[in-house]
Amino acid sequence: MIRLDDVGYTYPDAPAPALQHVSLEVPPGSITGVVGASGAGKTTLAKVIAGFIPQVEGGELTGSATVDGRNLAELSLVEAVSKVGLVIQNPFNQISGARYTVRGEIAFGLENLGTPRAEMAAGVDEVAALLRITDLLDRSPYALSGGQMQLVAIASMLVLRTPVLVMDEPTSQLDPAGTRLVFSVLDTLEEAGVTVVIFEHKLELLQAHADRLLVLADRTIALAGTPTEVLADERLSGWGIGATRYTRAARLARERGLIGAEVPLPVSFDQAAAVFGTGAGGAR
Amino acid sequence: MSAVRFENVRFSYPSGVEALRGVSFEVPTGQRLAIVGQNGAGKTTLVRHLNGIFQPTSGSVYVADAATTGRAIAELAASVGYVFQNPDEQIFASTVIADVEFGPRNLGCSADEARSRAMASLATVGLAAEADTHPLHLSLSERKRVALAGVLAMQTPIVVLDEPTTGQDAGGVAMVAGVVEALASAGRTVIAITHDMDFAAEHFDRVVVMAKGEVLADGPPVVVFGDAEALARAAVEPPQLFRLAAHLGWPDRPLTVEGFVDAFERR
Repeated sequence: MIRLDDVGYTYPDAPAPALQHVSLEVPPGSITGVVGASGAGKTTLAKVIAGFIPQVEGGELTGSATVDGRNLAELSLVEAVSKVGLVIQNPFNQISGARYTVRGEIAFGLENLGTPRAEMAAGVDEVAALLRITDLLDRSPYALSGGQMQLVAIASMLVLRTPVLVMDEPTSQLDPAGTRLVFSVLDTLEEAGVTVVIFEHKLELLQAHADRLLVLADRTIALAGTPTEVLADERLSGWGIGATRYTRAARLARERGLIGAEVPLPVSFDQAAAVFGTGAGGAR
Repeated sequence: MSAVRFENVRFSYPSGVEALRGVSFEVPTGQRLAIVGQNGAGKTTLVRHLNGIFQPTSGSVYVADAATTGRAIAELAASVGYVFQNPDEQIFASTVIADVEFGPRNLGCSADEARSRAMASLATVGLAAEADTHPLHLSLSERKRVALAGVLAMQTPIVVLDEPTTGQDAGGVAMVAGVVEALASAGRTVIAITHDMDFAAEHFDRVVVMAKGEVLADGPPVVVFGDAEALARAAVEPPQLFRLAAHLGWPDRPLTVEGFVDAFERR
């Protein structure tokens, strides 16, 4: 269980807080999506949940942030790293720069934790197969495309088998097939009991894969609920988040009197098929 | 007159990997062209021929009806503005304004002209207030917008955008869409690589589908997104509302939210 109680955070020398009054709970073995406009505080929140703030970045953290009842600010960095894996936004910055092959790069974290060599090799092979990058293992990390680099960055965290995985826009460099692959891997992890917190702009995919959505706006949690509840909320556009095209089409159809106001706004393909397949008032 | 013409372009990397295997098409001046396909399809390799970063192994590339072969990158830069996928390949100055001014200064603009173009471009991408900020203090999505502003300030007749919407929030995507529309209405040619089929459907006249270094389909979005076989071979899914209309058995294949609701009314 990840639990934040009235968390506020100000970066060193910053004039204003980056987060304030953030309270949230993430149950174990679930996928929680976080949406928010650029600048809303998503990357900061990701670093708080991963224990990087305040330990690495400094600054002032107020309130309490705990994982499994243990205060993140009191964990040693090694403890924090073994509890929570953080996939950062720019994969080019996740690469250690200390290894000459993708295999060495993915193994880097395990090496630092003193994992036996045979176990390390098996772990690397397993995550590479899961993310379909086995053919990249002997290549240089510097000769990869953005999408390949992003999959390597994700693999380097998955291999650590942390019970919690925090991912900051992990599919930004990927094509649609790569994006679907990453989300299907998240489903697999969830079934294995891993807790996933994913910061992402792709609303349709969050709708399909997340158990809960949190909306970050003006440096705090503005809304929380199931994806269907959150994505149909009228206030999202005011927070710079937008809506799925299914929701936008239904709103326009409502405005033009083509479907009744009592029809719930669809947020997914299947819900939209039900609304538009039967026409006015015919939604399930 | 064509802005760009590819004639049977083949390209192999020094490693021997053949990234382009005979690509031919022409882009008329003022067109908005989206190139789609999986990572590794050859999209970026193809457009990097337009500013002379790559020369074809065989075949020819023409920009403004002149072959790129033998032309300097600096000369092509006056014709083709190229916004990289990763802004950190592009941004180098220690303030945002210095970075955006660099392109026009390099094309021979006066300091005043370069400054005024740079400020206008930064306003377009919503970063006027960050002119004196160090680019490293901006987020990745903001640095992408700085890179876009740098190319807009050069006012080239051809603008190439490599994955312009990745990592952008709803407002950022709308800003990029506005830039594409504004460039087109000013008669400039826009060539964009994108994985976002909804963005391609809503803002482009033409879609080229690539896979394994070849063009599989080429035409208006409504035709290309209906070519199920080519899309399947390229692992590309049609835009969401286009797919929904097909699923519902409607006769129309809408490309936009408005078009979808019109089709709903007509069905």
